[in-house]
Amino acid sequence: MVVLAGVSVIVFSLVHLVPGDPVRLALGTRFSQESYDALRERSGLDQPLIEQFFGWLGRALTGDLGVSFRSGETVTSLIAERLPATLTLAFASILVALLIAVPLGTISALRPRSIIDRFATVISQFGISVPDFWMGIVLILVFAGTLGWLPSGGFVPIGEDPLEWLQRLVMPAVVTGVVSGSVITRFVRSSMLEALGSDHVRTAQAKGLPTRQVFTWHVLRNALLPLVTVTGVQLAYLLSGVVVVEIVFSWPGLGQLALQAVQARDYPVLQGAVLLFALVFLVINLVVDLLYTAIDPRIRR
Amino acid sequence: MTGEPVLEVEDLRVRLRTPRGPADVVNGLTYRVGQGETVAVVGESGSGKSVSVLALLGLLPARVATVTGRALLQGEDLLTMSPSRLRQVRGPGAGMVFQDPMTSLNPVLTVGRQIVEGLRAHSDMSKAVARRRAAELLGEVGLPDPEGALDRYPHELSGGMRQRVVIAIALSNSPALLIADEATTALDVTVQAQIIDLIATLQADHGTGVIWITHDLGVVAGIADRVLVMYGGRCVEDGTVDDVLEHPAHPYTRGLLGSLPDLAAPVGPDGEVPDLTTVPGLPPPPTDLPPGCVFWPRCPVRADPRCETEQPPLAVVGPGSGGLEHRAATWCTEGEAPSAGSPAAGASSRAGGPAAGATSGADGPEGGGR
Repeated sequence: MVVLAGVSVIVFSLVHLVPGDPVRLALGTRFSQESYDALRERSGLDQPLIEQFFGWLGRALTGDLGVSFRSGETVTSLIAERLPATLTLAFASILVALLIAVPLGTISALRPRSIIDRFATVISQFGISVPDFWMGIVLILVFAGTLGWLPSGGFVPIGEDPLEWLQRLVMPAVVTGVVSGSVITRFVRSSMLEALGSDHVRTAQAKGLPTRQVFTWHVLRNALLPLVTVTGVQLAYLLSGVVVVEIVFSWPGLGQLALQAVQARDYPVLQGAVLLFALVFLVINLVVDLLYTAIDPRIRR
Repeated sequence: MTGEPVLEVEDLRVRLRTPRGPADVVNGLTYRVGQGETVAVVGESGSGKSVSVLALLGLLPARVATVTGRALLQGEDLLTMSPSRLRQVRGPGAGMVFQDPMTSLNPVLTVGRQIVEGLRAHSDMSKAVARRRAAELLGEVGLPDPEGALDRYPHELSGGMRQRVVIAIALSNSPALLIADEATTALDVTVQAQIIDLIATLQADHGTGVIWITHDLGVVAGIADRVLVMYGGRCVEDGTVDDVLEHPAHPYTRGLLGSLPDLAAPVGPDGEVPDLTTVPGLPPPPTDLPPGCVFWPRCPVRADPRCETEQPPLAVVGPGSGGLEHRAATWCTEGEAPSAGSPAAGASSRAGGPAAGATSGADGPEGGGR
């Protein structure tokens, strides 16, 4: 709660520190002083900043994030509109990331300095350093352009057309998944190596346990903690919208919404979005902490 | 004293691949452990003690370790058996207790689970039966409230209690051989004594052969039947406890014994205590062993020209006792050689060298011979 309060102060100040006048932008190039003042008053921008802040905060606490300067829709409905696309992409990406990272990281750890390990290092280095928009554009050129297998972008709710939903999801999910997966792979490798080298694994082997059991219960089980942490961080990042990828694939997610709000100086929308991102981070951290206690008895009290 | 052999190790060698080239960490170790017998392996850190037993059970990473020789556990060679057979042997054939009870248990699994999985890996007992057996085992190793302890996690137990759990795991499948790798080093002295008593009792009850790896000569005197002194990956002296501790023949063994604090030593007028004697220097790096006697670079004696150039064979140095020879790998046996306390000792022991080599040659390859 304290964190959230702090975040709201920072968000509010930052947004208002950015140069640019939303009213002017909303009115276009030709307007009268009266209409300018009227809109300014209607949006509450004529009041002192402190009052604006507490007014906004009070309403935010009741779930009212205000009304967009640009479209006149409520911020909550704007966010709700974008949420399905963002959730879909975030969870699909994390799935792709884990599908890449866990096997690749595990094999690398089991055979350090082998060809597969070197290959994995190169791949993850590639995934981390190659810009995601470039990867997105290349995918679009190949699969949507040359091969024509997949649509180049957009989002269709799963309820409308599951096949179309999947087709449109594949490419953006792969791009963000590869990036997150590259980061996670390295964590999996190092935590797995650490678990493999620990004394209790030797004890387990000395008991005469089958290799698979040693691996599942004494290596994987113990490498889970760092994996959960890094997955949580990546998921939070994905949920707060991957702006560049959303734009490349015209994906109507929260990142796009926030970017448009910045460009239009649409304070209520921007504030609402950033507050939501902060909330997402907090919730995910909470979930990660809860998972910790489930995974590691030493943390239980 | 020596029953049926449980374990017979012949010319065990371990070579590790290291970034600085191959390291010969165990060089031709030959010994046997009888039923109900305790063999102590002593030596300082880096002498190859732990590696030599980890190699027996195939617990060294195969990528870096090459193990050769023979190690017959109840007649079956551990070093050539298939991985699946080796897995079956770990547990019922040989159990192992490790040095640090703080790290040798899995922190995220309950004590009960860690015992039960060991039991169930070697029999088809049901979970409930295995759990009951686990509680019995915990009771046997002296854990208070064994039923309750099953659901505890390792971090909820003290070091001594954890080591008891590790022992319970090692003993859960009634192994013919128990390997205790510095099993009491990380524990308080009182707990150490309890653990030693515990293992001795369990050994007497089950007739288990025990390999006790330690650098604590006090422990050796208390529990071992036989002693094997390791240095630079070689056995430099072996024999019964009495022979080795009372009449050490190798300069290194003498050095080790000399570095024990003498509690009876007179305390100075200011209450000052005499300095501890040490063996100066460090063991040679296993990547670069000296060509002659491994102890030569640190040896205070160096009584023979061959010390520097020629490896001394493991040769009989005393009459032995209990049907067991007392052997040492050194060219310098004068002075405290038990067979001859006379000034002629040097000559006689040198003359005895080749003959003794022939005798010990009968029961296996020479330690360190190439």
